[in-house]
Amino acid sequence: MYLKIEGLYKNFETPTGTLTVLKDINMNIKKGEFICAVGASGSGKSTLLRQIAGLDSPTMGTVSIDGKLINGPGPDRGMVFQNYTLYPWMNVQKNTEFGLKLQGVSKAARREKASYYLNVVGLTKFAQSLPKELSGGMKQRVAIARSLASQPKVLLMDEPFGSLDVHTKETMHEFMLDLWERTKITVFLITHDVEEAVFLSNRVYALGSRPGTVRKEIDIKLPERSNEVKRHSVFHDYRDELMALLRQHGQEALVTV
Amino acid sequence: MNNQPIRSKDLAPTVFWRLAEDIPKPVNGALIVLSIAFPLFLWFLLSALGHIDPKFLPSPANVIEAFVRLWSSGDLLKDTLASLWRVGVGFILACLLSIPVGLMMGSFASIRALLEPFFGLIRYMPAPAFIPLLILYLGIGEEPKISLIFIGVFFFNCLMIMDTVKFVPKELIEATYMLGGNRLQTLLQVIYPHVLPGILDACRINLAAAWQLVIVSELIAATEGLGRRISVAGRFLKTDEIFVGLIVIGVIGLAFDLFFQYLVKISCRWANNKS
Repeated sequence: MYLKIEGLYKNFETPTGTLTVLKDINMNIKKGEFICAVGASGSGKSTLLRQIAGLDSPTMGTVSIDGKLINGPGPDRGMVFQNYTLYPWMNVQKNTEFGLKLQGVSKAARREKASYYLNVVGLTKFAQSLPKELSGGMKQRVAIARSLASQPKVLLMDEPFGSLDVHTKETMHEFMLDLWERTKITVFLITHDVEEAVFLSNRVYALGSRPGTVRKEIDIKLPERSNEVKRHSVFHDYRDELMALLRQHGQEALVTV
Repeated sequence: MNNQPIRSKDLAPTVFWRLAEDIPKPVNGALIVLSIAFPLFLWFLLSALGHIDPKFLPSPANVIEAFVRLWSSGDLLKDTLASLWRVGVGFILACLLSIPVGLMMGSFASIRALLEPFFGLIRYMPAPAFIPLLILYLGIGEEPKISLIFIGVFFFNCLMIMDTVKFVPKELIEATYMLGGNRLQTLLQVIYPHVLPGILDACRINLAAAWQLVIVSELIAATEGLGRRISVAGRFLKTDEIFVGLIVIGVIGLAFDLFFQYLVKISCRWANNKS
């Protein structure tokens, strides 16, 4: 098991009492898999990602990568946020190099590595541009290149395409699959977009809401991975199954508030 | 039915009253010139036609005469340099200390809790009220004046810089940790560059305060300086010299301000007009 989440619980103390956001999460992810966790709002998916990232620690349970327990953030887990979070005063090249700079890599080595990954994401021509000159999709690609430059074990993505328009989103989906096939990186992506999850992943975890739990784990086997696949009935079967799983618990949430 | 476009009567097209929008450059330029030219013109008119005692309102010609007089005697230059030197030393010292302290106060809740209450208290004590104490402790040389400027700038600057840090997006800091950064690297390589425009802006605002303070301190105890010049001129009812002093002070202050604005512009291009 490459990324292993065992018996994870997360509680938050609120003025009105203890809120259980995540309840008994167990996940086993193999190296090289593309995994999505789908959930409606309130399913705690961002919280879950933050536990894996080490930006927060669980109330109970463990997260381990490649056998080692996680107890803090680090470059072995690359993180891509919804809002790009590029450093606005650095150009694309420097942004991409920044992780390596923090880790003490020499100037020449990091320039080479960053250039390589900028090429992988197709932004070599924009190396000298400032983030404010880029479109949303391009900014996200820089963020991905920046994380990949540190050659992480897992790429964590927090609703990375949520701020993009439909067309850019589709392009980015194809880009993501292509990237994954080329780099063989393990990906853990959280989203509320069911179709995105079905299109991209090997396996999908359907998360329930309030508290967040793993309702079902679904293996995705699609005949092809291009946009054409959305015409196949099997795609829609998966989609419908997931929507039903999510809808069921969304309604529960409305009642129990 | 007439062919009038449907338009709210309150949003008729306008140039002058555009709300939160730019106006054409020529209009902007003309208004800027007017801002200085009109009061000058009024002044000229008033003193030429208003039958006002030149001791109350010297004419522009009187003021220019006084300027030439003070300049050629070397007094004006001596006074200006004295004031500038005091402001320079006091302000730079205050900035050198307040930038790191303010940054730390903004970044560490612990340091903030430790220093903010005390600094906040001192900030509300008017700097000029310290003058008698400073003279008592430090004499009547340059030290009390420079200390006065330091006190007037340091606490305000710290608190303003402290506030800029709260605008650093939390995700930017977390992204830095995820890239392998430790706290020190995050403070110096992420927080500091992000708040630099805010720091320069705080310095710009506090330089204006420093400039005022130096003049005030000279009004009370100095042997030379622009404030001293005004004070002496006032005692002898030389209103033309008072005007010279005020105008020189104002122009220098404005020059400082524009200089800082320029500094912010060239060092923080990324922060200017977001596309």
